Amino acid sequence: MALLEVSGLTVSFDTEDGVVQAVDDVSYTVDAGCALGIVGESGSGKSVSSLSVMGLTRFAGNARISGEVRFDGHDLLAAGDEELRRLRGNEIAMIFQDPLSSLHPFFRVGDQLVEAVRAHRDVSRARALDRAVEMLGLVGIPEPRRCASCYPHEFSGGMRQRVMIAMGLINEPKLLIADEPTTALDVTVQAQILELLARLQRELDTAIVLITHDLGVVAEVTDDVAVMYAGRIVEQAPTERLFARPQHPYTWGLLQSIPRVDHRRDEPLVPIPGRPPSLILRPSGCAFHPRCPYVQEHHKRIVPPLEPLAGDPAHSVACLLAEEQRRELWSRLRAGATPDEARAAVGVPGQGAPVLREGLEAG
Amino acid sequence: MAGFITRRVLWMVVLLAVISVINFTIFSVLPSADPVLLRAGRSASPELVQTITRQLGLDKSKPEQYLTYMKGVVLHFDFGYSYQNQVGVRQEILDRLPATATLALGAMVVWLLVGIPIGIVSAIRRGRWQDKLAMGLALLAISAPVYWLGLVSLYLFSKEIGVIPIFQGAGSYPPDGSIVSEPIAVVGSLLLPWLVLAASFAAIYARFMRGNLSEVLDEDYIRTARAKGLSERRVVLRHGVRSAITPIVTILGLDLGILLGGAILTETVFNIPGIGRLAFDAIQKSDLPIVQGTVLIGAFFIIALNLVVDIVYAYLDPRVRY
Repeated sequence: MALLEVSGLTVSFDTEDGVVQAVDDVSYTVDAGCALGIVGESGSGKSVSSLSVMGLTRFAGNARISGEVRFDGHDLLAAGDEELRRLRGNEIAMIFQDPLSSLHPFFRVGDQLVEAVRAHRDVSRARALDRAVEMLGLVGIPEPRRCASCYPHEFSGGMRQRVMIAMGLINEPKLLIADEPTTALDVTVQAQILELLARLQRELDTAIVLITHDLGVVAEVTDDVAVMYAGRIVEQAPTERLFARPQHPYTWGLLQSIPRVDHRRDEPLVPIPGRPPSLILRPSGCAFHPRCPYVQEHHKRIVPPLEPLAGDPAHSVACLLAEEQRRELWSRLRAGATPDEARAAVGVPGQGAPVLREGLEAG
Repeated sequence: MAGFITRRVLWMVVLLAVISVINFTIFSVLPSADPVLLRAGRSASPELVQTITRQLGLDKSKPEQYLTYMKGVVLHFDFGYSYQNQVGVRQEILDRLPATATLALGAMVVWLLVGIPIGIVSAIRRGRWQDKLAMGLALLAISAPVYWLGLVSLYLFSKEIGVIPIFQGAGSYPPDGSIVSEPIAVVGSLLLPWLVLAASFAAIYARFMRGNLSEVLDEDYIRTARAKGLSERRVVLRHGVRSAITPIVTILGLDLGILLGGAILTETVFNIPGIGRLAFDAIQKSDLPIVQGTVLIGAFFIIALNLVVDIVYAYLDPRVRY
């Protein structure tokens, strides 16, 4: 049974420039103890969707949220502020991208952890502090007893993210949402933090939603992946199947822009041309079409639905290309062909690399 | 920390010395009414003028006069004697200090109690009617000059002449009154001045608090506090206000320092025998020793409170280390 079930989640913000459609009809489920990765560029709506799950977009004041989010029997979007507060930090915890600014600079680390415990449990300060020290030890902070009385600025970024993880997991939540937990950290520290998350997920049996722009991170930690583009999920699959048989041209772009050790060093990385689309004036049809090398005329009019593959109901994709075309294209791309070569070989008509057609063709 | 304080105290001495030179130069070198003639009266004989000049030490060169003056200040805390009535400047200032301190500290309590909560409410109700109302009133309070507000409030509320006579003793001050010996009379006569003096400060602090808190509430660590499941009340009052109040300590120290040097307008309008009033009267009478004394005392308070602010800041913000 699903622990977290998001269906048809739509979030928009009213701003002076217009309505920002941050999340559009997003659905996913996370089972207890499992890990879901949500991947996408900045501005793809991946953070907003999870902040909405936590009820944290309510504080923005200008957010309009619809759809349904069910968590462990609670309807999170309909829940009252107090009901949500009881869940936050207790059943659902969240850690954020920038550990440097996510801890209060004026309070001791131990006190901030104690506060997290005592927000939900009626225990003495001393008991809560013992728990805090235990958690600090668990996330690999040396001398946890002494460090509990330090201020955040005395810690490095990696240490602070460990503190954030300790704070998130201190009440043994059923779900941890990690929003780009490694983005602000050094590469070596990133690996440590990911390892820590993976270990804690196993030990504490916490479900994790890992939000990242880095498919490499997802590969290491998660069971399932959802790829988001312009506020929608464009591809969704169990992690290994996504890597084995990626279906969406955007996913291909993401995969090909990761450097790989088993490739030749002089082989160029293939960036995705163009920029992420504006969420105020979204491209018509398939939102990816201005950047897609395989775009057809009708792709600019028809919004592709997210549909399961014929042979694999767990693997869904929102793409208007035929399934055989996609398979052919990807096998050519993986063999080292450029998008233009692959398109020509498979016989997909098109106008070539779309860099120059970057302008918004809004409907 | 000890090293920091020592350095700052030394620096404070240097600063005061510089201020005393400027102060002395402005008031004794630049032309003003000749103190000797003021003292000697009309149609004084040249001999009398000479005697008085010698008595006041005005026959010596300017640097010499300055050094004599500073020697008195440093060695004996002696600021000389008033040209007007032969009373020691030190005594005058010490007599006037309690009234000024009571006025300033009382007003500070009022403006903090009014300004900070209004700022907090405005920040969490940003853009709604509570915020608009509060900030509108704040704009009024900032725009109203103290002397105008003081006179209007006296006219409206003082027991003696007011349209709505509710403030007993406003506009007069109990003779030799100190808050300790005559608390009721002093509080009665100071209630209105406190409110009037506090009005613009309360408005400034409310706006400052609103700005700080609005900014702080957008910080990542506030999102963390909410994600922990803290009540919104605790998020704002503990996590938010704790950060937003820190810069307020800085301006509070400055404002208090300035006021302790004399709230000239308020003291004059409400007839409060404080340091500001003393300075005001002395300037009108070219009573240079008093003017110098009040300026030095004012400078001392500002510099000293600045030091206090810096020390307090290190306790408030653990990232600051000296």
